[in-house]
Amino acid sequence: MSDTVVVVGSSVAGVRTAQALRNEGHDGGVIIVGEESHLPYDKPPLSKQLLTGSWPVQRASLMTAADAAAARIELRLGVRAEQLDMFGRRIVLANGEVVDYDRVVIATGASARPSPWTARSGIHVLRTLDDCLGLRQALRADSPVGRPVVIVGGGFVGAEVAAAARALGREVSIVDPLPVPIGRVMGPEIGAHFIDLHHRHGVATHFGVGVQAVEGSAGDLTVQLTDGSELAAATVVVGIGATPNIGWLAGSALLLDDGVVCDAQGRAIDAHSAYAVGDVARWLDPAGRECRRVEHWTNAAEQGQSVAQAICHPDSRPHHPLEYVWSDQFDWKIQIVGRPLRGVPTEVLGQFTDHPAKAAALYGDEDGLLVGAVTVNWPKALLACRRLIGLGGSVAAGRAQISSSPRDRIAEKSAPGLIS
Amino acid sequence: MPIIRADLGRCEGYANCVIAAPELLDIDDQGSVVLLQQEIPNSERSRADSAARTCPVSALTIDE
Repeated sequence: MSDTVVVVGSSVAGVRTAQALRNEGHDGGVIIVGEESHLPYDKPPLSKQLLTGSWPVQRASLMTAADAAAARIELRLGVRAEQLDMFGRRIVLANGEVVDYDRVVIATGASARPSPWTARSGIHVLRTLDDCLGLRQALRADSPVGRPVVIVGGGFVGAEVAAAARALGREVSIVDPLPVPIGRVMGPEIGAHFIDLHHRHGVATHFGVGVQAVEGSAGDLTVQLTDGSELAAATVVVGIGATPNIGWLAGSALLLDDGVVCDAQGRAIDAHSAYAVGDVARWLDPAGRECRRVEHWTNAAEQGQSVAQAICHPDSRPHHPLEYVWSDQFDWKIQIVGRPLRGVPTEVLGQFTDHPAKAAALYGDEDGLLVGAVTVNWPKALLACRRLIGLGGSVAAGRAQISSSPRDRIAEKSAPGLIS
Repeated sequence: MPIIRADLGRCEGYANCVIAAPELLDIDDQGSVVLLQQEIPNSERSRADSAARTCPVSALTIDE
């Protein structure tokens, strides 16, 4: 196929789409347009190794200039796509240039939801490499060690920033109106173990409490909580989610509704030559008969692969999405698969309270089907659950499979008292 | 025949490769990748590429 495919977005979904096009035999042009001027980089290390400085920035590279040249991928970085003209099949860039396409893959991602609280300075969000470098400077630099950091939001980003800031010797507090960390994903029973994790590592937590206001400036901030208390902070980090970058698509005739709405292969609804992948894309899930956005790395990489296949081999099979996300917090490698809160944690294997912890919480629905799992330091158990959920397996099958591994049998312990 | 190589120092047990290419790869009880076979037959080539590209820490490489 000799069409020109233009990928708008230079993060993992866009880069993997471009690479997969070449692997699938696409022979025409492949152009990546990216708003940031940095070469494509990976985002998970931004809240982990790059924030603490344990990795040099190059290690987070997704594609070097040499990689791009070798794969005949043209990089047009540092310029934002401003308008999509689907009838003329062209993209207008912020510098006035026009890029013609035969197919366009929208991979513009999501932006950190901005802080609703304003102070003169010292409030950070974390989404891009520049955000990371700015926050790293604030957390290290010449500031005296120990000056307090207040993190608003106890989700993945907030919890990982807490771990990184502790590693850099800072005093850390987390504030979140939800009762437990990552509460929207795993619920209160298992979430309680994650509060313990924070406390064991010296993080003060204020769950179930909101933020009223933030005042002051970098180095001298005051965070007022909804329970009337106040926290002093040198730095405030706001990690309260992200919103899809669809503003540039207004007027494009694409169906936009919390993302670009797509069929089960990533083709935009009612569009013959437009696709969307990654955080910006809302794909039809053939099993659930619903469209949804999944803001996870693995999903972005898989969708890139899937769209490349759909472009090169129009008869390829639809992608069946399965949420899968990981998080590194202190000495816990946390992995979550499926949609746990479609059920309840009916089986807990291993122990969250051991040191080192090794545990798997299996979530089942009312029919006993496995709908999600949360594991700590136990990749093999996670993999078993991931396969079973894909096949429509039961919690009982998950328990049997995980427990049948001889070295793990000794660690098996169900906790029927955990839930009623 | 192309071969697949794993960098065990990088592997973190994400297991995306096992989902992508279950005939070629598995993980052990410690969560490290295990190569079930090193040579990639033609029929597995696309899955091997997919395994390498979906590894979040780029622990897999394919040598022609």
